[in-house]
Amino acid sequence: MSESLTCDVVVVGAGMVGAACALYAAREGLDVIVVDRGQVAGGTTGAGEGNLLVSDKEPGPELELALLSARLWTGLAEELGRETEYEPKGGVVVAETPEALAGLETFAAGQRAAGVSALGVTADRLHDLEPRLAPGLAGAVHYPQDAQVMPALAAAHLLRASGARLRTGRTVTGVLRGPGGAVRGVRTDRGDVHAPAVVNAAGPWGGEVAALAGVHLPVLPRRGYVLVTEPLPPRIRHKVYAAEYVADVASDSAALQTSPVVEGTAAGPVLIGASRERVGFDRSVSLPALRALAAGATRLFPFLARVRALRTYAGFRPYLPDHLPAIGADPRAPGLFHACGHEGAGIGLSTGTGHLIAGLLTGADPALDLTPFRPDRFCPEAR
Amino acid sequence: MRTELVVVGAGPAGLAAALAADARGVRVTVVDAADGPGGQFYRQPAAELNARRPQALHHQWRTWERLRDGLAASGVRLLTGHHVWTVTGGPDSFTVHALLGPGQDEPATVHADAVLLATGSHEHVLPFPGWTLPGVVTAGGAQAMLKSGLVVPGRVAVVAGTGPLLLPVATGLAAAGTRVSALVESAGPRQVARHARALAGKLPEGAGHAARLLRHRVRPLARHTVVRAHGDDRLTGVTVAALDADGHVRRGTGRYLPCDTLAVGHGLLPQTDLAEGLGCHLDGATVTVDAEQRTSAPGVWAAGEATGVGGAALALAEGHIAGRSAAARLRGTEPDPAGWAPAARTREALRTAAAALDAAFAPPAHWAAQVTDDTVVCRCEEVTAGAVREAADGLGAGDVRTVKLLTRAGMGWCQGRMCATAVAGLTGCHSDPPRRPLARPVPLGILAGTAPDRAAPDRPAPDRPAPDRTAPDRAAPDRAAPDRAVSGRPVSESDRSPSEQASTGGLSSDRPPHGRLARDQNPPEAFEEGSP
Repeated sequence: MSESLTCDVVVVGAGMVGAACALYAAREGLDVIVVDRGQVAGGTTGAGEGNLLVSDKEPGPELELALLSARLWTGLAEELGRETEYEPKGGVVVAETPEALAGLETFAAGQRAAGVSALGVTADRLHDLEPRLAPGLAGAVHYPQDAQVMPALAAAHLLRASGARLRTGRTVTGVLRGPGGAVRGVRTDRGDVHAPAVVNAAGPWGGEVAALAGVHLPVLPRRGYVLVTEPLPPRIRHKVYAAEYVADVASDSAALQTSPVVEGTAAGPVLIGASRERVGFDRSVSLPALRALAAGATRLFPFLARVRALRTYAGFRPYLPDHLPAIGADPRAPGLFHACGHEGAGIGLSTGTGHLIAGLLTGADPALDLTPFRPDRFCPEAR
Repeated sequence: MRTELVVVGAGPAGLAAALAADARGVRVTVVDAADGPGGQFYRQPAAELNARRPQALHHQWRTWERLRDGLAASGVRLLTGHHVWTVTGGPDSFTVHALLGPGQDEPATVHADAVLLATGSHEHVLPFPGWTLPGVVTAGGAQAMLKSGLVVPGRVAVVAGTGPLLLPVATGLAAAGTRVSALVESAGPRQVARHARALAGKLPEGAGHAARLLRHRVRPLARHTVVRAHGDDRLTGVTVAALDADGHVRRGTGRYLPCDTLAVGHGLLPQTDLAEGLGCHLDGATVTVDAEQRTSAPGVWAAGEATGVGGAALALAEGHIAGRSAAARLRGTEPDPAGWAPAARTREALRTAAAALDAAFAPPAHWAAQVTDDTVVCRCEEVTAGAVREAADGLGAGDVRTVKLLTRAGMGWCQGRMCATAVAGLTGCHSDPPRRPLARPVPLGILAGTAPDRAAPDRPAPDRPAPDRTAPDRAAPDRAAPDRAVSGRPVSESDRSPSEQASTGGLSSDRPPHGRLARDQNPPEAFEEGSP
């Protein structure tokens, strides 16, 4: 079955970032088509925990994007909060040793200056916030702006709310170019989609879509596992993670790194992350990674030792060498816009990204300085 | 002493494999979740029940006696009560990770040079309005109750669904004193009659199921289906209706049958979690094996229903071949297929028969049309058919995985073993074999303490050349559905239906031997001609 379609903007990727781009573009009055070779939320979105975090970001462009996104999520939650299981639960970053706490406090002080709400929690007050935390922790910082959504539901409901036409099971095989190299849409295995603008929201496969347009974008996958427990009554109130997580996020190592990230969900199961490995798109399960996740989680919350893990799955975070996403127009291919490479923060950063892309599509002034996110920043001639 | 070959599953396939390898000098360990050997097919009454004639509920009792006696006389180490949650390693060093104890909360591992997966199958039940009422049990669950506990589930029963299992369940219930008012089979009368005749010729007692149905006044209703189970807090009756040749329910044919038990089943599905986790290639729902029963993963063999549902006789033949192949290759020699030619002939004939049965006993093509929007499809997470349809029609989900992400159907205790095919049928979408890296729920404390895999055999035999295999290290899954079918949210014991309380019976069952071909089957020792 082949059909030829025409619209104002075609978004490649029906994950969270593609959904947010579609929503904000449609709200600017643009006619949007979303294509994906898989299903809604079938890639990184469906394998994530749905974190909307400011707590793990150091002052800089990503934190600015996170704060913009958090404001937009708060607004969206009024409309779609129930459908997306939006929960403004807040985050708690715990330090196991006085040294780690000192580092965490310094980090939090910088964040406060950038507009983050970060509240110090002394060891004796920690269990008021999270009664089941292990004893003997040095202290924590509480981040009330952290929130959570169910990412697959969020993507599906933002897509539906956008009114965009959704074409899943359709693989993009080429980028159509006009005179002078301008982008004219995409070719798919089931027909062409004609549009003067193409948004690359293909997550870890964003580099492949860029290559179809003849441009270089070095997006690589960074594998992570999530362990999911049996459903429990609410016992973990916040997103709770250890201070070393922040260092792992920013690390460039290819080897397995794990730092415990633990949170309850609206549906009952507790989600346990976070591991990071650079192993390509290998989905096979690694017992060492699961062992490390379980050990980290039970160290933070001893009661979890008797709780059963029901399932586990791997996902691939799309990362770029400087750990910042690519957001913006690509000067090498007029009409091509990138919105990918958000690593493990794409659910949270999706709203800001979609809002910025919609602004670029309609010629509005961007809410943020987009220079750090320039898609062509990795090619030699751009430096 | 280090195990050379670990066999996962002590049913017909696993036992035949273990005995064949043991007879060739291989040190074999068999692990199984049950308290004794036999699997679902040779499920035994608990010893303390002092059953006088357990064989009354079994076919091929003599085959079982030979397996049992052979096991006792062999050097095979049998580890019962081992619930395997993953197998890791390869290609010449594997670790089986299991949970022990009534609470499945103690860890145990078995190290071995090679793995043979005989993980069997689990029962398949499609939803219909009222199927979650107490009093509705699975056909296999009813039979497991009869075989293991000798408990008769109810006073008036209807047996329904499709497949060769329904006949022995109906006659077994009737023989145990339950009045079975109807056997409701969605296949046409010709298929049922052909199968009943075939079964009638080979029962040890000399009385066929068909004759027994008559004797117990069980009304056979071919090309019929249960469209609804009725009752407020437990089952009081069912509505059955006739099907047309295309599998649509014929209007105006519904009739009410009072009953307090409905035993329902729609066939069996292979247990492939452990194989999938070891990286074995799957063909649809079954593990792919070669003529020697080797999987695509070096060092891993598979036999029995994990490689295709076909009954105990086929499992015995496949297990025998797998055990001999593994024994030869563990010794670094090329196996001689001529040695297992009788078993190979049996395998071939029974696989052909199984394929014919699969075609004859498919669920009605339009079963999903009877499922109302308020019918719970995923029992663990309490997801209704309406929610599943909304995910497909309203949110654009085009496959089972996406429906699961958007509705939680299949995310609970059973990990979609019960509902994945139902979700696929309801939405008309594609179902990939699900990945279940954890073959059963495992406490985080045990997962955290899991010992790293050994890099090499701890006692490499100097007189033995390394097996000729290579493969990547993968982690993976087991058999069997979780023994707890607890709802997504905490529920009390009394909230659970008998089908759930039937424990393993809730999701597993056996299957009678198939057709006339089964009469020609060779008992295990007959496969031994030309053996050492």
